[in-house]
Amino acid sequence: MLLIREFENRVRDRFADDEIPGFVHLSQGQEAVAVGACGALAEADYVTSTHRAHGHSLAKGLDPEQLLAELYGKEPGQSNGRGGSMHVADLEEGMLGAQPIVGASVPLGTGAGITAQVTGADWCGLAFCGDGSVAAGQVHEAINLAATWTLPVVYVIENNGYSEGMTHDEQHNIDDLAAMAASYGIPGEIVDGQDVEAVHETVSAARERALSGEGPTLVEAKTYRYRGHFEGDEEPYRSEAEVDEWMAERDPIENYVEVLAEREELEGDELTEMRADVEAVVDAAVRFARDADEPAPEAAYDDIFVDPAPDVQRHRNRMKKDGGVSR
Amino acid sequence: MSAEELADRQTETRTVRDALRDGIREEMLADDRVFVMGQDEEDGGSFEVTAGLHDEFGFDRVRNTPISEAAQVGAGVGAAATGIRPLVNLSFSDFIGVCFDQVMNQAGKLRYMFGGASNVPLTIRAIEGAGLNAAAQHSGTVHSLVAHLPGIKAVAPGTPAAAKGLMKSAIRSEDPVVFFENKTIYERRGPVPTDEAFTVPLGEATVERAGDDVTIVATQRLLGEAIAAASDVDDVSVEVLDPRSLYPLDTEAIADSVKKTGRLVVADESPLSYGFHAEIVTRVLEDAFWSLDAPVQRVGVPDTPIPFAPSQEDEVVPDADDVRRAIRRTI
Ligand SMILES: Cc1ncc(C[n+]2csc(CCOP(=O)(O)OP(=O)(O)O)c2C)c(N)n1
Ligand SMILES: [Mg+2]
Repeated sequence: MLLIREFENRVRDRFADDEIPGFVHLSQGQEAVAVGACGALAEADYVTSTHRAHGHSLAKGLDPEQLLAELYGKEPGQSNGRGGSMHVADLEEGMLGAQPIVGASVPLGTGAGITAQVTGADWCGLAFCGDGSVAAGQVHEAINLAATWTLPVVYVIENNGYSEGMTHDEQHNIDDLAAMAASYGIPGEIVDGQDVEAVHETVSAARERALSGEGPTLVEAKTYRYRGHFEGDEEPYRSEAEVDEWMAERDPIENYVEVLAEREELEGDELTEMRADVEAVVDAAVRFARDADEPAPEAAYDDIFVDPAPDVQRHRNRMKKDGGVSR
Repeated sequence: MSAEELADRQTETRTVRDALRDGIREEMLADDRVFVMGQDEEDGGSFEVTAGLHDEFGFDRVRNTPISEAAQVGAGVGAAATGIRPLVNLSFSDFIGVCFDQVMNQAGKLRYMFGGASNVPLTIRAIEGAGLNAAAQHSGTVHSLVAHLPGIKAVAPGTPAAAKGLMKSAIRSEDPVVFFENKTIYERRGPVPTDEAFTVPLGEATVERAGDDVTIVATQRLLGEAIAAASDVDDVSVEVLDPRSLYPLDTEAIADSVKKTGRLVVADESPLSYGFHAEIVTRVLEDAFWSLDAPVQRVGVPDTPIPFAPSQEDEVVPDADDVRRAIRRTI
């Protein structure tokens, strides 16, 4: 959680300084959902994510240096800079991809469940999605399919109360999104998304269910995002007091530090040392991303297909040609 | 708009964004059946095109929708068929994938299948274009796909005047219109007639820059790039047309220009294969074949999704240099 928080502090600052191009969506405030859920998974399990993917990616084990390089649009990024913040993917680490098409993470997670089932694998899929995505048809289609086929998938709705600037009540006529599980005939679990151990426990149980052939579970984690929808969002839809209250009362890191201290599981300088370690990691990541090479412009034409189509080069070559066209 | 079109009119300088908003607002004032819906629409929607309209017209006229593009467009069709005039904001045009059935099978076919029993006076706004490092799913130009669909009209203005005039015509149209905006030209400025009766009819192109040697048919962002390229090549007299409407298409204006110049460049940010460029070229071959003096040239995206890395986005997204080279290749 400390790593995600600090990584995104750097992303916030580097973005503000125009070092990171495009759009970035920070997950600060929601760290316990990412860490609790991904911590319950095995390395082989696949995660699908949303536009708010940095936390999920780090929690699933993606390398912070490479991740930041990807956000910078640099060559050593996981997708060689071709995807950026909204399309982070690293299949070797089980990160099946960030999906900024809202709702699209859910059918992709179901698809991982199909592979696991038909190949008899001992891993599962986990699809993260936001509260807003639950209004999208493909989310329902995909969960219904998984329920009907008893697929090994865990669905985690990160309910942070907002979709862009729209409130929960503007989008849903039920209070708890987990209640929808009943309509698919699967268990729906509500969990405090600010409590990393609670998330871990709930997702562990859901994963176990999935792997033992009992089918999918819908988990709703109640959480909150501290930053705007995207960096640069002026946030006219909520008060500063509301944000401050969550930060002061419900911060997943501070609260867990207290829990650990009470249990005497965090002693002496341990926390200070952890913070210092994390600082060092993210500082190194910034240096790495800054110094990394940009991808070659021509590499923009790679990876469209496995077996390249000559049409692409034909179009490009014609467009770049300077002189007249011969008869 | 051409100098001719503007000659006898009082105009004011507006941005594309303001012109779009003016058009929507005037139609909302004129006809209380006009109903606006979209995600975050009460707050101005993406890029703040409808800012202020919720305050002015209230929840009965301007509404937030959940993230439900299929419902937005499908319900838009149903509402249009039963008596109101919805203006549905899809935000980024890439999201049209989520509701393609509602566009293709519902909006496009309802009237025809039902033997003309119902009109579908629906307008769908969709925001296109690369250039903001928004990567593959927020940078697309999809209007060729949509203009291809039977029963759907499509427009993609490149100037503030066209933006306003076409918005008014789209909302008034009894047919479904998909209104494509390019996200990089919202701040583009230009003269817009102040007269409230001003509209731009669907299906009329305009000459944005007159010339004699080469015709460029250019849309949206590339309209600006084409005009810049035209000024660059001072030894060649370049005529630049903005088709404004993709469907119906003003074949006559384009063919007439090519009959005069004998040379054609088509500049549009769509992927190059199977799209807008091919349609323009074919219509010119059909109507002005014997006037052509050189092979036609296309400027567009070479069939790639739009990459994130700035160095790569610059590589695949065409600009004034590409247009200039295309002009040279016709000479
Ligand atoms: C299909 C689609 N529609 C709309 C959008 C624009 N959009 C991006 S994120 C977002 C809000 C998503 O809300 P939620 O699912 O709650 O996730 P959160 O941002 O809160 O993490 C919207 C509307 C999109 N990216 N894709
Ligand atoms: Mg949300």
